[in-house]
Amino acid sequence: MSLQDELLNAPPAKLQVDHVSKSYVGNRQTVQALDDVSLSVGEGEFVCLLGPSGCGKSTLLNLIAGLEFPDSGFLSADGEPITGPGRQRMVMFQEHALFPWLNVTDNVLFGLNLKPHLTTTDRLGVAKAFLEIVGLTPFANASIHELSGGMKQRVALARALAPNPQVLCMDEPFAALDAMTREQLYDDLQKIQQKRRKTVVFVTHNVREAVCLGDRVLLFTPRPGRIRAEFKVDLPRPRDINDVAVAQLASAITAELKGLLQQSDAS
Amino acid sequence: MAVQIIQAVAFFAALIGIWEYGSRSLWWNPVLVPSPLDIGKYVIAKTGDGELLSSCWVTMKRLMLGYIVGIALGIPLGLLTARFKFANNTLGVIALGLQTLPSVCWVPLSLLWFGQSEKAMLFIVVMGTLWAVLLATDHGIRQIPPIYRRAASTMGSSGFHLLWHVLLPASLPHLVSGTKQGWAFAWRSLMAAEIYVTVLTGYGLGHLLHYGRELHAMDQVAAVMLVILLIGFAADKAIFTPWERFLRRRWGLSV
Repeated sequence: MSLQDELLNAPPAKLQVDHVSKSYVGNRQTVQALDDVSLSVGEGEFVCLLGPSGCGKSTLLNLIAGLEFPDSGFLSADGEPITGPGRQRMVMFQEHALFPWLNVTDNVLFGLNLKPHLTTTDRLGVAKAFLEIVGLTPFANASIHELSGGMKQRVALARALAPNPQVLCMDEPFAALDAMTREQLYDDLQKIQQKRRKTVVFVTHNVREAVCLGDRVLLFTPRPGRIRAEFKVDLPRPRDINDVAVAQLASAITAELKGLLQQSDAS
Repeated sequence: MAVQIIQAVAFFAALIGIWEYGSRSLWWNPVLVPSPLDIGKYVIAKTGDGELLSSCWVTMKRLMLGYIVGIALGIPLGLLTARFKFANNTLGVIALGLQTLPSVCWVPLSLLWFGQSEKAMLFIVVMGTLWAVLLATDHGIRQIPPIYRRAASTMGSSGFHLLWHVLLPASLPHLVSGTKQGWAFAWRSLMAAEIYVTVLTGYGLGHLLHYGRELHAMDQVAAVMLVILLIGFAADKAIFTPWERFLRRRWGLSV
């Protein structure tokens, strides 16, 4: 550690990814999903992984979540190596992944019930509080199939937040929703993140979404999956996706992404 | 709802009326086709002296015991074949083969093994239930979207908790249809066995049907058929309708 680093007194990284590579062996060819990727995410930081589909960003998220393991390299959370899924890192998927045999409240309770040292009353209280936050109190006893797509993702958000994880891994959670619902959820997510100071790793292929939500945007390029550029977003919060400043930064990033993609196609 | 009931009642009233009228007007031989009134008289008389009820009891006891054993074996074995490739390549193949075997085909073997005993009856019913339940469980577990397992594991669910709180409920639609099929097979095989074999430890409905034929007592035959039909109908309503209602409420109309 250099003197410079010491003087900066940076907070310890929440998530650390060191030289991680991962490939998938298919029938015809081997796909290098991640090639020597390193990154570190600070406590309470909102990092967006941005890139075209197939660039390995979801793979990286799965590695952070502990659902998959790297071929080489090292991942740690709070300095501890990631050896499997953990309650401290909750995942929200593109599909809601809610359990149809449970009602809305019981879905939110699922993770809470696995958390020790809580009474049943406490758990129910927490579940209710998070349903309130995502605005679904009137649907507490509804079945999942009765909800709209946006409502399902809200339940999924409440379910992921309820056990109070330190890290939230989100894999294009709003990609399947209509624009209006999505914008509402951007607001909700920013509010929740500001209030609860979660560390968020958010995967998306939507540039504006990344700029609107992230403190930092990491640009991925595919084949092999690598981080090619990094943007800090210093715009004041809460941000509106239709804001001019967001749009300007987004178009700058889009231009950069196009250049990078052409480069990697040419090489 | 009210309209449905009225329609059904009117239809059956008309049917029974025509049947009774036909029997009295000798459109057919009343010895071969007894009138509804004769059947009703038989049911009342035999319910009164307890013969019909005790036969029902004997049959239901055999059915329930065999069915419960079949499910208790079928679900764990189905979990095994779904989980382990080796179990699937061995037990799974046996299950697939034996499921196509009509369970009444077990009767001769069962008699040789266990004699004319309750054990023989139990074995036949278990063979009728087991394979259908095993295959339904196996299929139910396999069709679970992988995302459920992933979501559950990120929330800290694993091992027995995962099995009990995720895998089994997620395969519930298949389990319900599998146990329902198992019930139908068990019921059919038991009736075949009871008609085919006399077991001295108890006369079930099948025996009553069999002796009705031997004695040319067609009122007995028809009445026992009616009772068998009603029991099947009632069991379906009592056991499976609540589950199916739960599935429809939770899963929606897609099930």
